[in-house]
Amino acid sequence: MDMKVAKKLGLKERYSLMTRDLAWDTTYQPMDKVFPQTTYEGIKIHDWDKWEDPFRLTMDAYWKYQSEKERKLYAILDGFNQNNGHLSVTDARYINVLKLFLGSTPPLELMAARGFSMMGRQMNGAGPRVACQMQAVDEYRHFQTQIHSISNYNKYYNGMDEFAHQQSRMWYLSDGKSFFDDAITAGPFEFMVAIGFAFEYVLTNILFVPFISGAAYNGDMAAMTVGFSAQSDEARHMTLGLECIKFMLEQDPDNLPIVQRWIDKWTWRGTRKLASVGMMMDYMLPKRIMSFKEAWEMYVEENGGALFKDLARYGITIPKCFSQTIEEKEHVSHQSWIGFYMKPQATPFHTWIPTPDEMDWLSEKYPNTFDKYYRPVLEFFDAQEKAGNRFDNKTAPMNCQVCVSTMKFNEPGDPMEMCFRESIYNGEKFHTCSDHCKEIFDNEPEKYSQTFISSHQVLQGNCEPDGVDVNAPDFEPGRHMLDYWKLDKRALGDFNGSEDQKNFAAWREQATKN
Amino acid sequence: MSNAFIAFQKNDESRCIVEAILEDNPNAMVDDQPSMVKIDVPNRLVIKRETVEEKMGRSFDLQELQLHLITISGNLDETDDEFTLSWNS
Repeated sequence: MDMKVAKKLGLKERYSLMTRDLAWDTTYQPMDKVFPQTTYEGIKIHDWDKWEDPFRLTMDAYWKYQSEKERKLYAILDGFNQNNGHLSVTDARYINVLKLFLGSTPPLELMAARGFSMMGRQMNGAGPRVACQMQAVDEYRHFQTQIHSISNYNKYYNGMDEFAHQQSRMWYLSDGKSFFDDAITAGPFEFMVAIGFAFEYVLTNILFVPFISGAAYNGDMAAMTVGFSAQSDEARHMTLGLECIKFMLEQDPDNLPIVQRWIDKWTWRGTRKLASVGMMMDYMLPKRIMSFKEAWEMYVEENGGALFKDLARYGITIPKCFSQTIEEKEHVSHQSWIGFYMKPQATPFHTWIPTPDEMDWLSEKYPNTFDKYYRPVLEFFDAQEKAGNRFDNKTAPMNCQVCVSTMKFNEPGDPMEMCFRESIYNGEKFHTCSDHCKEIFDNEPEKYSQTFISSHQVLQGNCEPDGVDVNAPDFEPGRHMLDYWKLDKRALGDFNGSEDQKNFAAWREQATKN
Repeated sequence: MSNAFIAFQKNDESRCIVEAILEDNPNAMVDDQPSMVKIDVPNRLVIKRETVEEKMGRSFDLQELQLHLITISGNLDETDDEFTLSWNS
């Protein structure tokens, strides 16, 4: 046989041919006019070709593997739905975690898709442009698959249908929204640190790994397949974030202080965003695989610590907030759950007091804090609820001007004292939840003085449904809040006695008997 | 010394990949969790194509790892033959 077989190209060769070799420098217009965004943050880049995706993933391979992932995912979803999988979850309380996830996560995936589409246009080098375009497509996929996986639950349970309307209006969704709004309105390099590093490296490792493993443990195959399928892309996303940080630090020593400030800022913003994930793990999963504190130690302290040690060769130091985050890991999940329990008329998901067994689990996992600070509060609420005096905080919360979390965190070193900080800008007073948020505010006061905080805006008549006359003499701010949020009243308040609880019990009964 | 790690969804293919990792990384520690498995190795974790092929009994492209991956930690380098995660510390 004299037929010649062309040798298959190696990974490195294929990557270089199909990314950098397909790009060109513009000649009709100078490159700096075509890519005007990458200079104004002060980051100096001398050679864009030094950026290489270590996965060396080319577009053809990307489509091949992504389509395979989608086929697997939708086969599992079909099987789960056809088999009435929603009735196989451990306990109907579990479904509330999906309601919180649906409101808080897919809309942020969509923002990430927008952000990375912008990065795919703004970055000068072909390597980062291709990687950012892939990430944009991934994020769009996550946004869609998350909604698809939960849509089956929406046929049976209350409080899921208005998540898109609620995203920019609900008080408790504003911390996540503000995280992405902040990132996307920053420059391209800061966006890469915010999302590629803080969001992907710190946050998604906790949300999509131990939390999703927990969802699987609770019988939710839909959340499991969606979560792990998304996280298989995140491994690439974390790598992109880490490569971006190393690239900036290797290109010019002047980049170090700018990158350090972003790492400090976004590590803290990521930490604040995780408080509600902690509550999902510790309080909302009926069966638990590990506590939020243990997940924090594994994925943030050890894994984040490894990264900071690795970056020390460039002069990066551990973020200033790191020690405070370690102190807070024993508190935030409890503070969050108690915060939500106290507002039964303001969320489209139910809350409850943990059972005595669950409280014992929390004592064991949080030996330094739970019995001392949080068990007494929960037991007090429980007694009040049983006496027909369910606690209901009807006032609007006060939110931090930077992270937009409700003010609920404690003073460092003093769990009995709430932490407030204030700054004056243009003669106006602005409140923040911590030293680190205050520092972020003081660095960019013009930006953060414009934060839209619905629970503050409502007092000015800016959060009303159509048809309400805010100038009427009897106008009362906040009276129409449920309509403004489009809150399903069946989804409010306690899990005990809810329609979801009754339906789940009745359907499960039907599923096991004639 | 920091750990490099990788986590996979549990399935038949990843079972072979995990076996290959354990063979090529004598210090590997396996953490079995519901529906996933996480493997930590001090400083440097390597996945060799040849070993995976031996375990699977078929040819294997390291990029197929994309299908089963959940998360990684460490600086990555991927070639046709090896997928390496390492920390410089």
